[in-house]
Amino acid sequence: MSERHAIPKRIRATALAMLLLGFFALPVFAEYGDVILNHRAEQEGMRPVIYPHWFHRIRFRCKVCHNELGFEMRAGANDITMADIIDGKFCGMCHNGQVAWSVENCDICHSGRKGLKTRIMGGHETGGPGRW
Amino acid sequence: MGQHGKARWYSLALFFTGLWLPGPLFAEWTPLAEDGLHDPDNPALEVMQNPGDALSRLPRDDAGDVGNKVRWVQALEQGYIEPRTNIFPETKIEVLDLDIIMKHTGSTAYVRFPHKPHTEWLDCSNCHDKIFKMKAGETPLSMLAILSGEYCGRCHGAVAFPLVLCNRCHSVPPDTLENKVNQRQ
Ligand code: HEC
Ligand code: HEC
Ligand code: HEC
Ligand code: HEC
Ligand code: HEC
Ligand code: HEC
Repeated sequence: MSERHAIPKRIRATALAMLLLGFFALPVFAEYGDVILNHRAEQEGMRPVIYPHWFHRIRFRCKVCHNELGFEMRAGANDITMADIIDGKFCGMCHNGQVAWSVENCDICHSGRKGLKTRIMGGHETGGPGRW
Repeated sequence: MGQHGKARWYSLALFFTGLWLPGPLFAEWTPLAEDGLHDPDNPALEVMQNPGDALSRLPRDDAGDVGNKVRWVQALEQGYIEPRTNIFPETKIEVLDLDIIMKHTGSTAYVRFPHKPHTEWLDCSNCHDKIFKMKAGETPLSMLAILSGEYCGRCHGAVAFPLVLCNRCHSVPPDTLENKVNQRQ
């Protein structure tokens, strides 16, 4: 009797741990290169902004944004405000009803979960062991 | 009996973890509503594109679940995508076909830096002279700095293919002909 139970107990604990992990972990599988912009958005009552590189690079080469339009290549380095965008700067250079749909589609840009921090996903902080 | 009990617990655990693991392990693209980043209650998700809908139609990266799982250079070269080069008509578009072989690689293969695919995507000013000097061998490169997000690591590991793909950069074994020719110069 006791011999029959000795091993399964440990197995059971492992199995349970695996189950719990499966149910409760909230893994993040964001697409590589997604940028979260949340300097001010959430403080001002909007969801954080998610900018998808994969979607835009199908339509534009890097040089369009990072040379012509002058976006700095560092997550969080561009101090973007909604007023700038409405004025036709940053995202507003395209999201102006001409190159792409215009600013009234708030929820398409402001699409992130609450509490996200400004950063790039899949980048050096997350990929690989430790920092890399 | 004990053996069976053990097997039962294991198969149950494997079944449930199995439900959860396939996404990351078997290299499919995660829909926006399930990626842990987008708010699943946002009504706009319905009009937005899921990565898999677009990326599954591009040349697949045979390295597996890395980056966007797409060979972007091939997608562009082979005409799967035609991303715009400019918005303002007066912008000058420059492409340069020049490979640079970098040899301070210790015992690993040398690095070939190809200007062609880079300048298809990027402007000279994205790299020169902010990140790299315009003279071969002048930039103090090292793998540690790259892994910390400098030099090649500004883009590789963020938007371009990630640094785990060593061979894609370290692509010139020291004993190849190409390299011997290069060495003599
Ligand atoms: C439609 C515009 C657009 C295009 C096209 C684009 N980017 Fe970006 N990129 C951005 C924005 C916006 C950010 C975030 C800047 C910020 O947070 O201030 C960014 C950030 C970055 C960063 C910084 C990441 C970090 O680690 O901090 C890198 C590197 C980058 N882009 C590389 C690229 C490359 C390479 C391409 C082409 C394959 C590309 N981008 C195409 C808009 C663009
Ligand atoms: C093209 C994308 C885009 C659209 C569309 C858009 N926003 Fe924004 N918005 C941004 C970005 C990027 C920021 C800067 C995010 C940050 O770092 O906080 C921002 C910031 C904000 C902020 C923070 C305060 C400020 O002034 O910068 C508010 C509030 C805001 N947006 C409201 C709106 C509302 C309301 C709409 C719809 C009428 C809207 N946004 C549409 C991209 C967009
Ligand atoms: C170079 C031009 C350009 C710039 C700059 C730009 N976008 Fe876009 N964006 C587009 C185009 C074109 C589309 C597709 C429009 C369409 O489908 O009609 C788009 C679509 C989008 C989408 C929708 C993706 C989907 O799934 O449908 C989001 C989100 C978005 N942009 C966010 C941003 C944010 C945030 C910024 C600024 C940080 C930005 N964009 C800057 C051109 C641009
Ligand atoms: C994006 C391109 C790129 C990738 C990916 C890459 N390397 Fe490197 N690596 C370089 C460059 C550039 C150098 C510097 C060569 C020079 O200065 O001549 C370098 C140098 C090195 C060196 C020499 C010692 C040093 O610290 O500089 C080693 C060892 C090395 N890499 C190992 C690796 C390994 C292992 C991987 C995969 C985990 C890897 N590299 C991935 C570009 C890359
Ligand atoms: C993705 C980054 C990147 C881009 C974009 C880029 N280069 Fe370079 N370039 C490099 C690197 C890396 C080197 C080697 C630097 C070193 O070894 O220190 C280099 C070296 C050079 C050299 C020196 C070659 C030699 O034999 O000494 C020239 C000239 C040059 N680049 C011209 C250009 C021109 C013109 C453009 C635009 C059409 C351009 N580059 C775009 C990264 C880039
Ligand atoms: C400014 C951004 C940037 C920098 C800096 C950069 N790369 Fe790249 N690289 C790219 C982009 C974008 C591509 C296109 C493929 C992709 O996105 O995965 C690319 C492609 C490549 C390829 C061809 C891959 C293929 O699929 O054939 C090689 C090799 C490469 N890079 C090596 C390097 C090395 C080595 C360095 C540093 C000396 C470097 N890159 C620096 C952006 C960059």
